[in-house]
Amino acid sequence: MQSGNIDFGYAFTWAWGNYWTAIRDYRPQFIRSIEYAGIATVIALVVSYPVAYWIAFRGGRWKNLLLLVIIAPFFVTYLIRTLAWETILADHGFVVHTLQNLHLVSSGGRLLATGTAVVAGITYNFLPFMALPLYVSLEQIDPRLIEAAEDLYANKIRAFLRVTFPLSLPGVVAGTLLTFIPAAGDFINAQLLGGPQNHMIGNVIQSKFLELSDYPAAASMSFILMGAILAFVAIYALVVGTEQLTGTAL
Amino acid sequence: MSAVAAERAPAKRSVAASIWRFVRRHVLTVYSLLFFIYLLLPIAVVVLFSFNNPPGKFNYTWSGFTWNNWRYWNGPPGIQSAIFLSLQIALIASLVATALGAMIALALVRYRFRFRAATNILIFLPLSTPEIVLGASLLTLFLNFTFVPFGRVTILIAHVMFCVSFAVVTVKARLIGFDRHLEEAAMDLGANELKTFQKVTLPLIMPAVLAAFLLCFAISVDDFVVTYFVAGSSVTFPVYVWGAARVGAPAQVNVIGTAIFLIAISGALANVLIQMRREKHA
Repeated sequence: MQSGNIDFGYAFTWAWGNYWTAIRDYRPQFIRSIEYAGIATVIALVVSYPVAYWIAFRGGRWKNLLLLVIIAPFFVTYLIRTLAWETILADHGFVVHTLQNLHLVSSGGRLLATGTAVVAGITYNFLPFMALPLYVSLEQIDPRLIEAAEDLYANKIRAFLRVTFPLSLPGVVAGTLLTFIPAAGDFINAQLLGGPQNHMIGNVIQSKFLELSDYPAAASMSFILMGAILAFVAIYALVVGTEQLTGTAL
Repeated sequence: MSAVAAERAPAKRSVAASIWRFVRRHVLTVYSLLFFIYLLLPIAVVVLFSFNNPPGKFNYTWSGFTWNNWRYWNGPPGIQSAIFLSLQIALIASLVATALGAMIALALVRYRFRFRAATNILIFLPLSTPEIVLGASLLTLFLNFTFVPFGRVTILIAHVMFCVSFAVVTVKARLIGFDRHLEEAAMDLGANELKTFQKVTLPLIMPAVLAAFLLCFAISVDDFVVTYFVAGSSVTFPVYVWGAARVGAPAQVNVIGTAIFLIAISGALANVLIQMRREKHA
């Protein structure tokens, strides 16, 4: 809520206008951040749930080793990991060529500098945050509960939907939050894998702070981001909470 | 392998069928293996391209094997000092953060005091805030603290700040299952508080303290976003990579990435294997 500029110094003037300007001028970036982070979170959940399930129920004595594989990406510096994806998805790389041959990407098409690449990068980078909480909550489920459901003539799918999945909900909630929160503020994937049209709110905050020295605008934007995330978390907790309540009522 | 395949060529269909049957029966296993390949693919690329011999500045396409990047790992100007700065900051920040975090954890678990709930929330806050918001707030803070010059000191303060939270959470988890009777026994046997702490409490929480230290070190070395905001003109290794990425990162970046990965993964692997062996014997 400061006004002024770098030359004259900043005075604290309760400049609420910063917030209106931030929302008015950067609405697309805000929406894109929530959108990309949301898609990445859902994909991460769908992709890693079966693996977490597999490790929890079929891992046996290899469990710890398999978990180590899950967190292995964390042992490579975040930026270097993302640069590796830049190499993989590069215009002359085999991924683009394969997709072109399958006509999933037009012959002159590319993956870099698209929203797909950014979402893929975010999904990859935060996958362990999703997989680990899922594993923890699935691992705690007593297999006898599932057997009991099957004894009571539930088929495999029903047993999963009525017993396994509801019991793993705490892991789903934790994983979604742990993935969504950092993903919404991320700017590295959008910068390295996307083009200017894929910039997220993190990119705007970063450039306002460090390149344009427009501190008041940047500060109000990071506050809006945090407020939006808090609001999202509160709504999410409310929805999931009530759903769990109705689940037990049934 | 190919000879066997050629011999069985007439039976190819049944082989394909049996593979298909195997895949169908073990859908989950096959899927998980594919998932692991996906997870490890970028790591393989990082390792592979550390041996690349790129003709120009761009290390994006494979153009030949060489050991030179490893031999001249500090070739690109600035990379060596960036690594040393990262290691130095990580070491100091994790020592300070672990010491503070262990004490905070002890206080939070053992005592009921006025602002206990508030402290708990404050500790949790950095863990649940996007890094960019943390970085931005710290930058704004330091901008108003004109007496602290941007650089090593501001990076250290920032790293200690977010590492403390991780240290507290790690040590707290161990303290919650802690048997207080052991301390009482030591006191009954005539040890004073300090002696009890030295001989009983500290050795018992040592694994957690060590884990907290390693965690803090790993997070600090790898941190880019917050560091980038408060670094001023100082260059840590991730900041160096970011700068280099804009003009084409040299292959030495992959060398360092691979080296960090190998050191960390071999430590973790040894730990897991020792655990597995212990479980087998138990």
